[in-house]
Amino acid sequence: MIITKGKPLDEILSELEGLEKIFIVGCSLCATASKTGGEEEVEGMKRKLESFGKKITGSIVLDPVCNLQKSRLDLKRYDSEIKGSDAVLCMACGNGLQTLGEILGDKPVFPANDTLFLGEVKRFGVFEERCLQCGRCLLTSGVAICPLSRCPKGILNGPCGGANDGKCEVAQDLKCVWIEIYEKLKAMGRLGDFRKINYPLDYSIKVRPGQHLVRRGVSSEQA
Amino acid sequence: MSRLRELLESGRFVITAEVGPPKGSDVNDFREKVNLLKGRIDAFNVTDGQGASMRLSSLAGCLVVLSEGEEPVMQITGRDRNRIAIQSELLGAYALGVRNVLAITGDYPTLGDNPNAKPVYDLDSVGILLAASSLMNGKDLAGNPLKGNPPKFYLGATANPNFSPLELELIKVEKKVSAGARFFQTQAVYDLRVAEQFIKRVAKFNVKILLGIIPLRSVKSAQFISRMIPGVKISKELMHRMEVAEDPKLEGLKIAADFIKKVREHGLAHGVHIMAIGAEKTVPVLLEML
Repeated sequence: MIITKGKPLDEILSELEGLEKIFIVGCSLCATASKTGGEEEVEGMKRKLESFGKKITGSIVLDPVCNLQKSRLDLKRYDSEIKGSDAVLCMACGNGLQTLGEILGDKPVFPANDTLFLGEVKRFGVFEERCLQCGRCLLTSGVAICPLSRCPKGILNGPCGGANDGKCEVAQDLKCVWIEIYEKLKAMGRLGDFRKINYPLDYSIKVRPGQHLVRRGVSSEQA
Repeated sequence: MSRLRELLESGRFVITAEVGPPKGSDVNDFREKVNLLKGRIDAFNVTDGQGASMRLSSLAGCLVVLSEGEEPVMQITGRDRNRIAIQSELLGAYALGVRNVLAITGDYPTLGDNPNAKPVYDLDSVGILLAASSLMNGKDLAGNPLKGNPPKFYLGATANPNFSPLELELIKVEKKVSAGARFFQTQAVYDLRVAEQFIKRVAKFNVKILLGIIPLRSVKSAQFISRMIPGVKISKELMHRMEVAEDPKLEGLKIAADFIKKVREHGLAHGVHIMAIGAEKTVPVLLEML
């Protein structure tokens, strides 16, 4: 899931300065789960902006924003409201923001959220990063723990010298993921795999922006 | 040929010390630190932005050491450079006379004085060793041939004898050895049994071990070291000595000297590596005690 965090209201207000009529877009998937762009949050934002003198021309929670063709269709119903707005406020992730920008052409679109990471919903309101989308999943010998996203340094042959009492040098409340990998491999009786050198990654497979086409069951990746 | 390697292979007890380059371009004070130890230690280990603090480069520091006719060990971390820059730096260092390289992953930027920096870590310590080994074989990391004679580095890495579980640390040592490390500089050790245990377990790798020494400066510094170095134990007895000492700094140097003498007498390690961390000027006093 793409984890987002709401921007501070004063940051949003400063971006919207001089813009009176605002249309708000939320997202039914990740932003709803992150509690940053579902129905409830869109309503909340409406009230907040109104209390600062903004006029809300309308709102919609797209399902999801990042589906370009579907969102284009769903927004058609609101054509006149959006045309009559000074700006659109997007309560989705950075991807949703850009999908809206593409659909709405020269209408200013502003983000209400900061996009944090691709991660796990551990429990209500608690999220942790789990994937960097590096382009090639490390097999990691079956432990199913990715050191690229879970070690701040993303090193391939850990732990580094900073792991102290099982904790990461970067954040004391973070368990060293390399120690976790070691312990899990040991419990699985596969410690031999820990001895293998992991060679530096091939970044040529991940040139930005990534493009991925799937047609008739054939997947081709042009990164 | 690396002089450090010759010395270590000759079986002589080797002493190296760490010197930190300045926060600035004026190297007079750095040169003075080198001069104070000139001819009294076997190699000068020049740090690479230690503690993620932005300083004059390790390579430039090594050149100052070389210009004084002394032997440098160039630390190189993966924190600030990708594999292209690391390999360039290694080639440049060799061309200018640096023979010893110590590969380190590097402290995370948020721990240092430029916390906003983008962390790189394209290569970790093992990756840096692989890159250096590859250059020594006449190829870059991508397999492209180098022109002319390849460099002949003496490659080193770090290890922490205090680390728990030790098994995990030993696996990392093994990986570093297979990636090309021939000598190891350890984290500070204050307990001879810890050192002995570690040396025994790494004997099979047939590498040279320089035990790390950080002279204690005060009770506070001892507590700080206990917190900062993973797994390190400073005994109650040593703490007591620091507490009751009239001159704690001198007592710390005495403790370090006693430790080094025991390591040397018992042939525990191939040498020691003294890290005075900013107090390099006290190292000559320590050396006098040996």
